[in-house]
Amino acid sequence: MAAEVSSKYAVQMHGITKRFGSFYALTDVDLDVEKGTIHSILGENGAGKSTLMNVLYGMYQADEGEIFINGKKVDIKNPTAAIAHGIGMVHQHFMLVENFTVTQNIVLGSEPTSAGIGLNMKKARQNVLDIVKKYGLEVEPDKLIRDISVGMQQRVEILKALYRGAEILILDEPTAVLTEQEIDELLAIMKNLIKDGKTIIIITHKLKEIQASSDVCTIIRRGQYIDTYPVKDVTEDDLAAMMVGHPVNLVVEKTPAKPQEVVLDIRNLYVKNEQGIDAVKDFNLQVRAGEIVGIAGIDGNGQHELMEAVNNLKKCRGKIILDGQEIQNKTPKYGIDHGLATIPADRHKDGLVLGFSVYENAILEKYRSDDFSPGGKIDRKKMRSFTEDLIRAYDVRPEDCGPKQAGGLSGGNQQKVIIGREIAQEPKVLIAIQPTRGLDVGAIENVHKMLVRERDKGVAVLLISFELDEVMNVSDRIAVIYDGHIQQIFPHGTVDNRTLGRVMAGGKVEGDFADPSEVPEKTAAAEAAAAETAAEEAAAGETAAAETAGAAAELPAGTEEAPGEPAREGLVPAAEEPLRETGPESVPDMLRTLADMQQSLAQMQQQLADMQKHLVDMQGRQ
Amino acid sequence: MKKILSNPFVLTVIAIILGFVVASIILLLAGYPPVESIRTLVESMLGRPKDISSVIIRSTPIIFTGLGVAFAIKTGLFNIGAEGQYVMGCVVATMVGSMLDFPKPVAVIMVLASAMLVSALYAGFVGFLKAKLGIHEVITSIMLNWIALYFSNWVCGLDFFHKHGTIGMYPVNPCTYTMVLPAWKRSEEGQAFLAENPILKETLGRTDVNIGFLAAVIAAILITYLLNSTRKGFELRAVGQNIHAARFAGINVNRSIVHAMMISGALCGLGAGFYITGQSPHTVATLSAFENVGFNGLSVAFIAFSSPIGCIFAGLLFGGLLYGGAGLQSKIGAPTEIINIVIGVIVFFCALSYLIPRFAERMEAARISKQRRKKMQDQPDVHP
Repeated sequence: MAAEVSSKYAVQMHGITKRFGSFYALTDVDLDVEKGTIHSILGENGAGKSTLMNVLYGMYQADEGEIFINGKKVDIKNPTAAIAHGIGMVHQHFMLVENFTVTQNIVLGSEPTSAGIGLNMKKARQNVLDIVKKYGLEVEPDKLIRDISVGMQQRVEILKALYRGAEILILDEPTAVLTEQEIDELLAIMKNLIKDGKTIIIITHKLKEIQASSDVCTIIRRGQYIDTYPVKDVTEDDLAAMMVGHPVNLVVEKTPAKPQEVVLDIRNLYVKNEQGIDAVKDFNLQVRAGEIVGIAGIDGNGQHELMEAVNNLKKCRGKIILDGQEIQNKTPKYGIDHGLATIPADRHKDGLVLGFSVYENAILEKYRSDDFSPGGKIDRKKMRSFTEDLIRAYDVRPEDCGPKQAGGLSGGNQQKVIIGREIAQEPKVLIAIQPTRGLDVGAIENVHKMLVRERDKGVAVLLISFELDEVMNVSDRIAVIYDGHIQQIFPHGTVDNRTLGRVMAGGKVEGDFADPSEVPEKTAAAEAAAAETAAEEAAAGETAAAETAGAAAELPAGTEEAPGEPAREGLVPAAEEPLRETGPESVPDMLRTLADMQQSLAQMQQQLADMQKHLVDMQGRQ
Repeated sequence: MKKILSNPFVLTVIAIILGFVVASIILLLAGYPPVESIRTLVESMLGRPKDISSVIIRSTPIIFTGLGVAFAIKTGLFNIGAEGQYVMGCVVATMVGSMLDFPKPVAVIMVLASAMLVSALYAGFVGFLKAKLGIHEVITSIMLNWIALYFSNWVCGLDFFHKHGTIGMYPVNPCTYTMVLPAWKRSEEGQAFLAENPILKETLGRTDVNIGFLAAVIAAILITYLLNSTRKGFELRAVGQNIHAARFAGINVNRSIVHAMMISGALCGLGAGFYITGQSPHTVATLSAFENVGFNGLSVAFIAFSSPIGCIFAGLLFGGLLYGGAGLQSKIGAPTEIINIVIGVIVFFCALSYLIPRFAERMEAARISKQRRKKMQDQPDVHP
């Protein structure tokens, strides 16, 4: 319940109600954020957490309720007023000018001037550097935004807010686009800001992050205030249950994969990006029927171009073989007709025609079959019954959405329509790109279940995602893409986040995580290829690896049943143990491990110091 | 309330009424009696059977170009080239029609088909440039409008087509006429019959009643069917609404763009064909500026919210205003510029009419808020 109005709270929002037309986005929501804390607002998509923050930031006006900043009642009419009250917001989609420098972006709109007229960029740069130094937010002030990483862009956004004197920072889904390492860095930055007395509010639906970052957490469900807890008192499962309203299974339930023949075979693929540079280079990957291969990687390492080439949206060099048929450099329809189905990353752009009804969207590919349009005339009856079945099978809500515009559905339900449609194609290969982006916990669980179900039906599933947890949870094999090629492939359960993160950043992990699918190819050519790999690795001086790979080459060619399993056992003796980065014992490897341990030690010390400081603070207050 | 106001038909009616209100104010400011003027305008449009007949005839080409533009909008294209396509259709119809001498149905079909074909190709070229080279259709079609105009003038001046003593071409041969009973109504028997039927005498006897309007209605129905019920229409609409999703779903986007433009152009060409074969002077004259039949089609499509059926009514309104404007000029003395302002104002309000539902929504929200506040006052202990 709402706390008493007091100056120990940086932000207090009491009884906030916000309507859009006759729809209640927020009903009587309370929020009390203590000064100098990190406060998470947790809720499913569409629960109203962004709306609540937009009310605080002055983007929306609450229909009812009061806002207090530092114990004083305020009226926030627009973002300018919010900034004047020391509130800064970092939106999920950054609002930066791509071809301006970091400094220019930070000072944009409140540039220091000389004599009130001319821009004083020198002073601006100095101001920026001062803040950078104060909070340890390292950025390169003279680089263009388009040349820096997403994590760096986020820092620029934070700096922008700080430059405007923000005492209260709102971060909207701050980790959605970051890599594991960048998330760690962000957490460190946040801790620094708190130390300086700032207050941070995070909007998120990721439970893990809350545990890692926040002190207090407020849960909102369907526009209603549910509860506020100190984070240390609750578990992830509790949070999930409160957020969704019923217990949730956070781990994907699945049996071991039973991979069969290779269905999707990508060989020596090169694809250019918009700038005409090869974004995908020498890309090789095989996906077998009945397995899920996850492509992990940081955004911008060729995932998009890979998808474009496979879907024939772009020309490429190399071969994409789908069930024995070369499908590259044809038309999108050619791929679809040969058993390719894709769940696109951007469901609004590529997945749905938002102005079309759900009926029409459901048959966006099937409409051209004689089943659905005999003699060129759309069979509406068939269209309706097909869609109604889909709506029932995938629990699309509301149930009567068929004749309504697809744009009116929530993100999760839109995704269900797309997934249902693609699966109805009965594909041989199903490519899912960021299939759970922007979905809430309940919907994510659903999507993952559907992918596993398809796998069990014998479909070759290729999952491309920037969410490391998703790739690790769902995939049977994890292929890390870096700079347009597969950097390394790991079987399910043999690596941890941190190791994957390092490979995603261009490193390589010693040890033999050889791709089981490459080995048991029944042809002599494949054997030769394996031997060749062995020779190469031997040449590189990796004696241990050479031995195991050599052993693989000697394996009987015809491992008929479950070819993946015995091969992997033969090939990777260490795979059974939980492999971190201790592979074959070599000196550089051990050194690296040592460095890692030192790093984590340093982190722990840092945390300890933080806690002590916090303790002192608290004692001081008492 | 909100539901009613979201209905495009209601919105259009509101826009038209608002247009007339603003037009009255303008008339008043210009020193003409507004009520009187509007009454005269309506009277000149609908006063006599002859007027109604003339309005329909005048509207026919505009309905066709409106249909063409509306079809393009439904498929995601802005066919500002309707004017040029219409001009090309007129020239070709006149060229072909003045050379032909065949039995009636054959000649008519040949003229209409040639006009449609040329206009379709002319528009298809725009679609091709967009699909293959990514040049926006507005840019290319504006250029092509002028090319069509000068091509038309050039053909008018050619010895083979130029009719001496006029500024235009030889008119089409009577075998290509699409009027209703053109020969019979001039014959003695026809004259005698018409003399006994005053209404028919005024309409059929005095105006070029032709089958164009009927054809426009059929075309509107066919287009609606094509768009909503066929495989092709599904593709065209999908491309029009979301080209990315359409491409992703395996639709041949480039082909769709070219086809959509061709169909749009063909409709404009058909309108031109019916204009040349169905209305005197049955020919094309050297023009110093556009006649605006295509551009008026843009307005018609907007007023109709790109509904093909709606284009029939919007076209009639437009044709009526153009025709009635002349009456306003002769009876009240108001210049035709005023009537153009009235038309402009109506189109303007149609363009703004999407604001009306939003306005209604705001009113609704205010009402709910008020009710809620009242309820809270009645039971003050709801809030802790």
